[in-house]
Amino acid sequence: MELLGLSPELLALFVVFGFMVGVFFGFFGMGGSFLVTPALLILGYSAPVAIGSSMAFVFGTAVIATMKHHDVGQVDYKLGALMFVGIALGIEAGKVLVYGLEAIGRAELVVGTAYVLLLAAIGALFVRSALKQSSDADNDDSDDDDIPEIAKTIKSYNIPPMVTLTDGSKASLWTISGVGGGVGIVSGFLGVGGGFIRMPAIYYLIGVPLAAAVGTSLFGALMSGAVGAFTYGLDGVVDLGIVTGLLAGSALGARIGSAATAYVDEADVTIYFGIMLLLASLAVGLGELANWLAMPVLDTVSFVLLVGSSAFVTVIIFYYGAQAVRTKDVGPTATAGGNE
Amino acid sequence: MIEFAALSPAVQAALLVVAVLVEAIVLYAGYGIVERAVAPPLIETIENA
Repeated sequence: MELLGLSPELLALFVVFGFMVGVFFGFFGMGGSFLVTPALLILGYSAPVAIGSSMAFVFGTAVIATMKHHDVGQVDYKLGALMFVGIALGIEAGKVLVYGLEAIGRAELVVGTAYVLLLAAIGALFVRSALKQSSDADNDDSDDDDIPEIAKTIKSYNIPPMVTLTDGSKASLWTISGVGGGVGIVSGFLGVGGGFIRMPAIYYLIGVPLAAAVGTSLFGALMSGAVGAFTYGLDGVVDLGIVTGLLAGSALGARIGSAATAYVDEADVTIYFGIMLLLASLAVGLGELANWLAMPVLDTVSFVLLVGSSAFVTVIIFYYGAQAVRTKDVGPTATAGGNE
Repeated sequence: MIEFAALSPAVQAALLVVAVLVEAIVLYAGYGIVERAVAPPLIETIENA
């Protein structure tokens, strides 16, 4: 018996994995999509199917998240619309790259390797940030408003045409298109929403206030997901069964994850999330090694590592949340958009 | 009855995007109702555990 073209066991696995991914997305505001493509690659799906299905999943998740942000009016739709052309062109370029690699039989290897590096880099950043937070707690003289030098330099180029944004500030259309296009290429190539690049870019390079940057980045993810799902859908490589299973789990997980932000101190959990991403990087690396050495057992180890580490962090978030509720450490003010 | 496979790739891709959009809206609304019904008693249970 098959449901949505998948065996019941596989569908259940996608629902459970989607739930964990949703918890991370709701709690950390990121971390959803860049676990999905590697998981699908490890499960043996081809790179186009993994990326296309992940993009459709990104679209669904972003629709839900943007609806939450829309309720509190923190989305600059004008800026989002201006980024659209760049996003669409970037995704097309990313897709051309994937199919070019697929034609020479190297897509899974290159995309997998890119994920090993990406997950390791983001994981290291999270671990570093967690360790810095704990040392800042002892020596509280940090400056959260530090803007990287490169961002200041790029922002200083006011190349016309300049565009007035919703909050009255001005930004170069070239910067906006560059941000959209650059993130679009990453999205189209890896099947991710790209929020981990787009949000800082909107905040630092375009100069949108933080709360609106988060909402507008989600709207950007919505457009990336829609364009990506359509673009890969043209080739019939999006598996709606996978997307439905993941979305069914993630929509619930995201609600619980964002509600948990009202109870759990992010600093307590950040290091576990960072370690999980490092383990995910190792898992993808083992998956690649399994193909290279023709050792299927490594595929199993890699899958257990990816799902196991995700499950561990989910349990940690729930544990801290339950502890806080029990001790009434924080009032039950949780909303569906706790981290907004 | 319309045969899905007979539609052009562009129409199939557009229908896919619409299907995901509808799924997302239904899940957002559905889980919202579940959250309102289940969350308060669940938090109370954990508090009293």
